[in-house]
Amino acid sequence: MAAPQPINVDSLNIYYGDFLAVEDVTVQIEPRSVTALIGPSGCGKSTFLRTLNRMHEVIPGAYAEGTVEIDGENIYHPKVDPVNVRRRVGMVFQKANPFPTMSIRDNVLAGVKLNNRRISKKDADELVETSLKGANLWEEVKDRLDKPGMGLSGGQQQRLCIARTIAVRPEVVLMDEPCSALDPISTLAIEDLIHELKESYTIVIVTHNMQQASRVSDRTGFFNIAGTGKPGHLIEFDDTQKMFTNPENKQTEDYISGRFG
Amino acid sequence: MSTTDAAEESSSSASTLRRGGRRFGDSLFSVLSIGSGLLIFLTLAAVAIFLTNESVPALLASEELAGFLSNAEPDFSLISYTAPYIFGTILAAALALAMAIPVSLGIALFISHYAPRRMAAGLGYMIDLLAAVPSVVYGLWGGIWLVPKLEPLYTLLNETLGTFPTWPGFVPWVGGEPVVALFAGDPTAPMNNLASASIVLAVMVLPIITAVSREVFLQTPRLQEEAALALGATRFEVVKTVVLPFGRSGVVAASMLGLGRALGETMAVLMILAPGATFSFHILEVGRHQSIAANIASRQAEASGVDMSLLIFTGLVLFVLTFIINAIARWIVARSGVKS
Repeated sequence: MAAPQPINVDSLNIYYGDFLAVEDVTVQIEPRSVTALIGPSGCGKSTFLRTLNRMHEVIPGAYAEGTVEIDGENIYHPKVDPVNVRRRVGMVFQKANPFPTMSIRDNVLAGVKLNNRRISKKDADELVETSLKGANLWEEVKDRLDKPGMGLSGGQQQRLCIARTIAVRPEVVLMDEPCSALDPISTLAIEDLIHELKESYTIVIVTHNMQQASRVSDRTGFFNIAGTGKPGHLIEFDDTQKMFTNPENKQTEDYISGRFG
Repeated sequence: MSTTDAAEESSSSASTLRRGGRRFGDSLFSVLSIGSGLLIFLTLAAVAIFLTNESVPALLASEELAGFLSNAEPDFSLISYTAPYIFGTILAAALALAMAIPVSLGIALFISHYAPRRMAAGLGYMIDLLAAVPSVVYGLWGGIWLVPKLEPLYTLLNETLGTFPTWPGFVPWVGGEPVVALFAGDPTAPMNNLASASIVLAVMVLPIITAVSREVFLQTPRLQEEAALALGATRFEVVKTVVLPFGRSGVVAASMLGLGRALGETMAVLMILAPGATFSFHILEVGRHQSIAANIASRQAEASGVDMSLLIFTGLVLFVLTFIINAIARWIVARSGVKS
């Protein structure tokens, strides 16, 4: 595979119908690294995250204008099929959402089977094992792969969702507050996992937890809104180290030091 | 609890708190709701007791059912009278469901997952309207307008598929014809046959199945659909991997509701079908089939004595049949219910 390229976002405006939710985002996201997006509720960080795999537009009336280049290709080019984008850019959600009617094994294989790839039993077994190992879940579930995924604990379910996401070998993994419904131990397990995953994937994570952002990310972006009904803006984007010790912008400093939000 | 009680006691006047017992409105409401619940049970029991009680004369007199319904046939019995109608009822309902279920699922999925929102609302409203049309209207429409229109189709089916399908026919106790060939036989106009009745039945059960399935499909958790979408699923794949598995038990329940209506529907069948009492699978032939419900409706005015008892017995059979189907439906729904 060629050297991974950054994700280039250029003057992206994101709408819900007539409402401009996020205005004019231009940013470059480094490959094979963890980028955290922080900011108060309603600032548009999740909305922005969902434009990176064109999941934003599954909400009726929602759309985005501008360009997002992944691997040198603008995913908002009119000829691009969003289905193909989502196969390259995986996503982990706030609440773990394994498919309730499927076993653990089938959950891991769900994406592969969707993409119409035929897969032999041997390859499938291998893929299940590597994906679950990649998600640090293998040891806990290897004896019950045929049991329903819903029978796992919340943290295990979230790691199962990560295994399902990486099983299709995406280039980018988006995480939308993946630990917000988890206890501290499970959160730690996911954070450790994020550290390992960035060796192979570009990771963008939205989090409400600033300690988490400072623990897991290499770079951090801060979103804010001027007030209710106003669009969100990317206020500052820099190395995590710098963002949390010496931010350029007053708003960032206020948010990080806990003066609002 | 004790701390809140204590807090309330100190903040509000003691006399209100000390008024023991239940409030009048509460007891009145509980009596009314328990009474309504009991009423359902009593009504069902009354129907069952009536049917059983009134069929007794026919059950006891099985050797000498010498009423006009027996038509002076030598081997006439309770079973020989009822069985063809059971057969006709089930065949008509099965055909109606076979036609209605795929179409209903298609409409329900279209409304819940494909149609633009405004169109979905309008379509849903129209489906509900379809459900509200009285069956006598369907009977008129089917008998006068639809039946002549179907004639060319029937002729074509009879000519091209007259030998399909050709597995051995089997009806318990009574034998039946050697081959099940649905479109075989000798259809003659006017086509007041079981096929026509089943088509109209299908139109009648379609709204129920559609409406219930739509509700179930709409309840598919958003998060599950997004999970599939984020893995690169197309719209059809979302339906296949998330919506249908989630809605499966609901679809079964909806189909059983439809089956219940198809089994008991009287008026449309009565107005469309030219009756007969055979075990024929030739659904294009006229004067071969009749359903229990339509038979009762057409005969009860002139029946009395043992004839009436015989008709009530067929009613009991229908009652038990729908009961069994409901039980099966509940069992399927309970078994395949999504655990979450």
